[in-house]
Order: sequence, then structure tokens, then C-alpha cells
Amino acid sequence: MVAHPDLQTQFDLRVAEDQRIEPKDWMPEPYRRTLVRQISQHAHSEIVGMLPEGNWITRAPSLRRKAVLLAKVQDEAGHGLYLYSAAETLGTSREQMIDDLHSGKAKYSSIFNYPTLSWADMGVIGWLVDGAAIMNQVPLCRTSYGPYARAMVRICKEESFHQRQGYEIMMTLAKGSEAQRAMAQDALNRWWWPVLMMFGPKDDESPNTALSMQWKIKRFTNDELRQKFVDATVPQAEYLGLNIPDPDLKWNETRGHYDFGPINWDEFWEVVKGNGPCNRQRLEARRKAHEEGAWVREAAAAYANKRKAKSEK
Amino acid sequence: MDTQWPLWEVFIRSKQGLDHKHVGSLHAADAQMAMENARDVYTRRREGVSIWVVESKHIHASNPDEQEAFFDPADDKAYRHPTFYEVPDSLTHI
Ligand SMILES: [Fe+2]
Ligand SMILES: [Fe+2]
Repeated sequence: MVAHPDLQTQFDLRVAEDQRIEPKDWMPEPYRRTLVRQISQHAHSEIVGMLPEGNWITRAPSLRRKAVLLAKVQDEAGHGLYLYSAAETLGTSREQMIDDLHSGKAKYSSIFNYPTLSWADMGVIGWLVDGAAIMNQVPLCRTSYGPYARAMVRICKEESFHQRQGYEIMMTLAKGSEAQRAMAQDALNRWWWPVLMMFGPKDDESPNTALSMQWKIKRFTNDELRQKFVDATVPQAEYLGLNIPDPDLKWNETRGHYDFGPINWDEFWEVVKGNGPCNRQRLEARRKAHEEGAWVREAAAAYANKRKAKSEK
Repeated sequence: MDTQWPLWEVFIRSKQGLDHKHVGSLHAADAQMAMENARDVYTRRREGVSIWVVESKHIHASNPDEQEAFFDPADDKAYRHPTFYEVPDSLTHI
């Protein structure tokens, strides 16, 4: 970083003026490293995130729900691909990223290490998990790295359908039989706290935040986003007639925000470390899919080579 | 670690009458697969009426480090802009 005073100044100025940094522009190494880590982590989350929902595609309660869930899961695959492609502009390779995911070196969102036990989980995931993702992703549309920001714009356009289809499932269950309402409440009880953890550690325990804010990779801190999410979600839960499982949740007139109870950070760190309920299962599923798809990749490459050879004759 | 298919850049014409615009990249074994993957990845909601795919290695880009010197020949030619010329306010259609 010290070696390029002019380039560093130019970079700082660009970021300060809210200009975008593009792939071939000079950038400080820690900025590049942070982006590769964040974007690839984000891509992995989209890909691993297909697993909990994929679990219910064959068991969706109607053809309409099945088509919708399938379309949503396909979108998540697309999001993963937009993001891998953005990360590749920073000089990392797809193989490397996939390898880091499969070896356990790279992380993905802790939320996808929880199991999907009932159909209501499809509702809660769309409503809350995608809802939390939107909260995170909307400000990322203005992140300082051009290809990341553009990928996020594309993703955000698609996310709102995800959240709405989830909320629609919740509305149907909430208006349904006693058993359906109970199923909806049970799903909310299980997912609420893990969803709040999605925003990451508290600001004073998130050492990378300050630098990411300075570089304008992040625009809001973890705690700010978590608060925005709680404020936005409480009325939605009230409309459904469901109870958020937090006895400390209360509107705070002076703050103009909802207060909420303490998060179990020990659980969060256990899941991050690989000891969540489904960490092993998720990674195994990814590895298996990759290994069992190897022959397809090889066959396609062989076919492409053969056709190329033929056309050159 | 297995080797990947080559990287392709994807350009999409969002509607008739507009330019193709770069939207991102993807991996594919050949042009046909790149085209089909581009359709599935970048136009799931009819975002396009036409797709171009180009293998990334064929793209030559200007060097951002030389951006200033490369583009500055245009800087001192204000006479290329209509505002350079004074015409009476009373005239119209000019
Ligand atoms: Fe997504
Ligand atoms: Fe989503």
C-alpha cells in the first residue's frame, strides 16, 4: 500500500466522491482481499441457500406452490452465478472459490445451517430470510466496487418476489386451520433468532466493519441493519397474528425503534465454526453434487473440443 | 481442483432498438452452451431480445492507468460542442 502514494490518493478520492472502482483500476490489496472474501461468501450463501428450500420442492402442497418455489430456487442459483462472476473480476478463479467452499475454508451465511422441518419454513424463509437479505442487499447496490454493485442491482430486482411469495404462504397458513396457524407460529419461533444473527456480530465485535465502511463496501453497520429489519418486520408479524418469540420486544418511544432482547451469540459462533445443526449435511450435499457432476463437465468439454476440431478441418 | 470451462462475457439487447449492454460473465464449454447459459442466467424474466457472448480472452480493454493521457486529446476541443458557438437569441431552429 505504501508503494503507490499517487494511486492510493486517487483511490481514496474516488471512494470519497462516491465514484465506483472498476476491475482494472488500481486498488489497495486489503480492499481487494476484503471484496473477494465478501463477494465469494455471498455467492456461496446463494448456492448453499438452495438446499434448505430444495428440500421441499417435491413436497410443495400444490402445483402453483411448487412452480413458485422452483422459480425462487432457480433465482438463487442465478444470484450465486452473478456474484461468482463479480468476484472473478478481482482475479480469483471459480475453481478456487468452489474449492474453498468445499474444503470449509470459505464461509457462507450461518442461517442455511438450520433445518427446514415443515412447509411453514418455506413461508418463514421467504418472508424473513429473504427479507433480511434484502435489508442487507439494498445498500450494497451502492457499494464502491462496480461489478458487485451491478450484481446487487440485478439481485435486488428479483428478491422482492421471494419475500412476497413467502409472506403469501404465511398469510395462507395464518388464515387457515388451528393446525396451520400452529405450524406457522412454530416456524417463526424456530427461525426468528437465527434470522437476527444473519446480520452478523454486534458492531463492537465486528473488527472489519470500520474499514469496510471507510471503503464504502458497507453502507450500514450490522446493528443498524438488524434494527431496521426488526422495525420493518414487527408490523408484518402483527398483521399475521403471530407472536415474535421475544418477551423483551417493545416499542421504544424515545428511540423511535423497537427494543429487542439479547441474541445468543454463543450459538451464532458455534454455527459459524461448523457446529450448527446442518453444517456437515450442507457441505456434503455441495461436494457430492460437484463430484457427481464431474463427468458432465468433462463430457461437455470433450464434445466442445470435438466440434471445434471438426469445424477447423 | 478440476479445470473450468472458459469464461464468456455476456451482452444483452434489452429491447428492440437499444444497444447490447454488458451484463456479466459465465463459464461454458462452447459458444452454444454459453448462449443457453446466458439465457438461463441473465434473462429469466425476459430481460432480453438478443444475446451476444464473447470469450473473455478476446476482449481488449483500454488501460485505466493511462486513462488520462489516452482520452485527453478530446479535452482541448471545445469547438466540437454546439455551445462553443454564439448565435443570436432571437433565432430559432439553430
Ligand atoms: Fe438470493
Ligand atoms: Fe432470495
